[in-house]
Amino acid sequence: MKAFAYHQPRTVADAVRLLSQRGTMAIAGGQDILGAMKDGLFEPEHLVNLKSLPGLGDIKETSTGLQIGALVTLSDIAEHPVIRRDYTALAEAAEAVATLQIRNVGTIGGNLCQRPRCWYFRDPHVHCLKKGGDQCYAVRGDNRYHAIISPGPCYIVHPSDCAPALIALGAKVTIAGAKGTRTVALKHFFQMPDKNLKGENVLQPGEVVTQITVPKPKAGTRSTYLKVREKDSFDWALVSAAVVLQMQGEICRAATVVLGGVAPVPYDSASAAKMLVGKPVTVQTATAAGKAAVEQATPLEHNAYKVPLAAAVVKRAVLAAARGVRE
Amino acid sequence: MPQQKTKRIKTTITVNGETREVEIEVPDIEAAWGDPRNMRWLGKRIPRVEGADKVTGRAKYTYDIQLPGMLYGKILRSPYPHARIRSIDASRAQRLPGVKAVITDLTREVKYVGEEVAAVAAVSEQVARDALKLIRVEYEPLPFVVTPETAREPSAPRVHGGQNVSGGNPRERGDVDSAFRRSDVVVHEATYSVPARSHCCLEPHGLVCQWQGDKLVAWASTQGIFSVRDELAGALGIPASNVRVICEHMGGGFGSKFGARSEGVICARLAKHAGAPVKLMLEREEEQLATGYGPGVTAKVKIAATRDGQLIAWESESYGSGGVGGGSGIPLPYIYPVPNVRTRHYDIATNTGASAALRAPGHPQASFIMESAMDDLAHKLGMDPLEFRLKNDPNPVRQAEYRLGAERIGWHRRNRVAGQAPGVVKRGLGVASAIWGGGGGAGSRPTVRIDPDGSVEVRLGTQDLGTGTRTYVAAIVAEELGLDIRQVKALIGDTDYGYSGASGGSTTTASVAPAVKMAAMAAKERLVAVVSQHLQANPADIVLADGKLTARGGSEKSLTWQQACALLGKEGIEVQGEWNANLQGSGVAGCQFAEVEVDTETGKVRVVKIVAIQDCGLVLNRLAVESQIYGGVTQGLAMALYEQRLFDEQTGRMLNANLEEYKLPGSLDMPDVEAIVYDNPTGKVSGMGEPPVIPTAAAIGNAVFNAIGKRIHSLPITPAKVLQALGKV
Repeated sequence: MKAFAYHQPRTVADAVRLLSQRGTMAIAGGQDILGAMKDGLFEPEHLVNLKSLPGLGDIKETSTGLQIGALVTLSDIAEHPVIRRDYTALAEAAEAVATLQIRNVGTIGGNLCQRPRCWYFRDPHVHCLKKGGDQCYAVRGDNRYHAIISPGPCYIVHPSDCAPALIALGAKVTIAGAKGTRTVALKHFFQMPDKNLKGENVLQPGEVVTQITVPKPKAGTRSTYLKVREKDSFDWALVSAAVVLQMQGEICRAATVVLGGVAPVPYDSASAAKMLVGKPVTVQTATAAGKAAVEQATPLEHNAYKVPLAAAVVKRAVLAAARGVRE
Repeated sequence: MPQQKTKRIKTTITVNGETREVEIEVPDIEAAWGDPRNMRWLGKRIPRVEGADKVTGRAKYTYDIQLPGMLYGKILRSPYPHARIRSIDASRAQRLPGVKAVITDLTREVKYVGEEVAAVAAVSEQVARDALKLIRVEYEPLPFVVTPETAREPSAPRVHGGQNVSGGNPRERGDVDSAFRRSDVVVHEATYSVPARSHCCLEPHGLVCQWQGDKLVAWASTQGIFSVRDELAGALGIPASNVRVICEHMGGGFGSKFGARSEGVICARLAKHAGAPVKLMLEREEEQLATGYGPGVTAKVKIAATRDGQLIAWESESYGSGGVGGGSGIPLPYIYPVPNVRTRHYDIATNTGASAALRAPGHPQASFIMESAMDDLAHKLGMDPLEFRLKNDPNPVRQAEYRLGAERIGWHRRNRVAGQAPGVVKRGLGVASAIWGGGGGAGSRPTVRIDPDGSVEVRLGTQDLGTGTRTYVAAIVAEELGLDIRQVKALIGDTDYGYSGASGGSTTTASVAPAVKMAAMAAKERLVAVVSQHLQANPADIVLADGKLTARGGSEKSLTWQQACALLGKEGIEVQGEWNANLQGSGVAGCQFAEVEVDTETGKVRVVKIVAIQDCGLVLNRLAVESQIYGGVTQGLAMALYEQRLFDEQTGRMLNANLEEYKLPGSLDMPDVEAIVYDNPTGKVSGMGEPPVIPTAAAIGNAVFNAIGKRIHSLPITPAKVLQALGKV
């Protein structure tokens, strides 16, 4: 790891000021950035420890929903009784991340802002498009884990488990920057590579996520997060789906279906949701939602399996959410 | 002096991980282990003697060695799969404060990503890493090829200058063509393949080297302290007697830790240049790139049996890759005797690191290929796969094991017709088996010492690569002398303790245990001679048990162990033992049954249960044998579902040189494993560390076939491949 200066700001304003400098990166739980620094992928001159900031480590219940500080650990989210009961998809997503050791240290802010796992991007000796090079190696290379839905020119998948769940639950993020704070719907926080090739989200240099706000679910809301991975101990999603259903008796009144592992952003499938709204949730409607979720898919050479897999994952997540039981 | 009686025996020998069967002439000295029913320690479940040290962190591995003034070594490795080195400028690295030694004369041409280019020793790991970055290497990149499929093409870049493809000599017996043409046979043809797999030792490769004048002490994480000694001495041009190698505890080798290897020689050279001890432990990426792997193999297979299920013919054309090395050959046909056989195997050179022996080299690959073909042929014949094996496997031990395993897994619950399981998540059962030598060889020179104060020590320059060597060395002596195992101090892992061979080919137990037994018997004889005189009894009537020596069949007088040892002069007893062929046997048998669930919508395979049965002749430590079975099954499951080394043809770089995308199972991925030690009443000890890894992947593959009625022809069995086989992609 290259030597760096370490900063422990006491206020968000100080953190933002430090982060505006060139060659500066933020660290919170450190579960992504430390590995990347050891691998030589990132070599910041300055590292700003966000964990020294007060007040960002709490989960607050308000009359309108939840306020989750960016420094809340994934374990705290997974174990929170109200999140488990009313925001089930989020608890299940947090629990599906990596390992218990990583969840005990990794933060929700870091989970949303972590960098992609694409093996070309992660190899410091490969100068890929995302790092300013002239080609995306995944296009002609081994793309088994890459996106089946992307406008190009990069085919990463967003690695976050919590992001699909939070988007499905209608979350917003608060972003602090030099000019104050702004709030962005999490759905619009993430950006496709045709809009933002080098990053994955709207954060500008010097900006930092400080809080996630999740609106209180309407009566009759049930949600779930389902993740399929090659192995169950510590693996990334091949495909995952967060499904939030607002049920009125047997009828689905509102639905959101957000997929992980299929696109450079958490993929919010309005067409899948459309298959559910106004109808009872049955195997037929759930299957139709699954099919609709992948209708835009244009797989690469080695990842066509993700298309039927995503359809199956959405179907199951819809049925599980409707039953209100975890699967 | 009378002529010593000799006899000829077949046994297995291992040299640098290459195991082969040989016939040797050995002294025929009468000796026997005795009846296991009368034993206090041997054959029982003995917790390993260093277990508490390991779980409390007291055990010192090579990684834990800290010496005053010790430096840290790091190796600069090639980022290119093939390149000529035009120049190396290490002057900036040399000037970096804290850098004490730099080596740049390692090679002029690199042939794989990760090959050693230069090395440094510095006061900290961080300074050493910084120094590597300051070394300017001018590379001239050359054409490369990293997959065997591409390397076979005539237009492919040449790895070594000559042809990439070697071997291919046919091996033939019987009349293959006529056998396949017979009207009463059923023929099956298919291609099966197994990818290259990494060893993934928990403790990486590495050493600590300390010079004392012209003498070198090396702490090494190794399977062979004497092979490390010899390689260091040879590479450094010093007498072997000037090198001492120590390995008290080590975290796994699996065939990749014979010899000093390049990092060992580099570490010793850095220590010499710097005039200070150097620790050089590899990192995980280096482990993946440059410490060997088990070769991948692809085999085009044709197999035939008569309609009533008698195997009659086998033909296979296989190719594998040992990267810049060779050695990808596998034993085909495997296990089941076939009268008419033709095989050809090709080694393909690629610009990847050199392969190394990996736990039962070639056998897990052969098992997957053979056992898949066996099941596919049984399916065509309309035969129960187990019946098919019972009919074609003459080994009496496996015959018994098949029946036992079938009962334990509930074989009657299998799908009579593969793929006929109901539901979305389909269950299936599969079986496969294993064969191994496990015999030992001469050379070990253990010393047993009894002091007049009653303390007992056994010393031998063997090493415990996690299999429990130290524990049975102590147990054998305790058994012979009628002592508690805690009264025997077992000293191993140091070349100063007397010669023993490297631990590979599952040969350690059958090599070490007989010699230790002979040494213990000799020590006992000396002690009994003294005691019998004192008790005025016949030496043959003295019984050693429960810490006492008793004269049976007469006075029934006895001495405590302490009293008996006090009769010894101050020189005590110190005797050596030699290997005795009559205490060891060769040829062990195993089989495994798997039960799986296949999710036909996600393609995911979950292994529900493995029943694993293994014999090893006379069991020395039942707990350690079970532990080897668990480890083998875990590694076999990883091979079945997860492991594969992936290389990118565009860059020549390994895509998963880590433990993130190079996938290994965790606790959540492990099934219920029933480990059954099959007590084979041979009265002789044999090794069994390797065979439990052999059949697991094949049994899982066959269970998947039984569940879904589709064969996954290549490992690992991933969701992508299952969905593809089910026609969903």
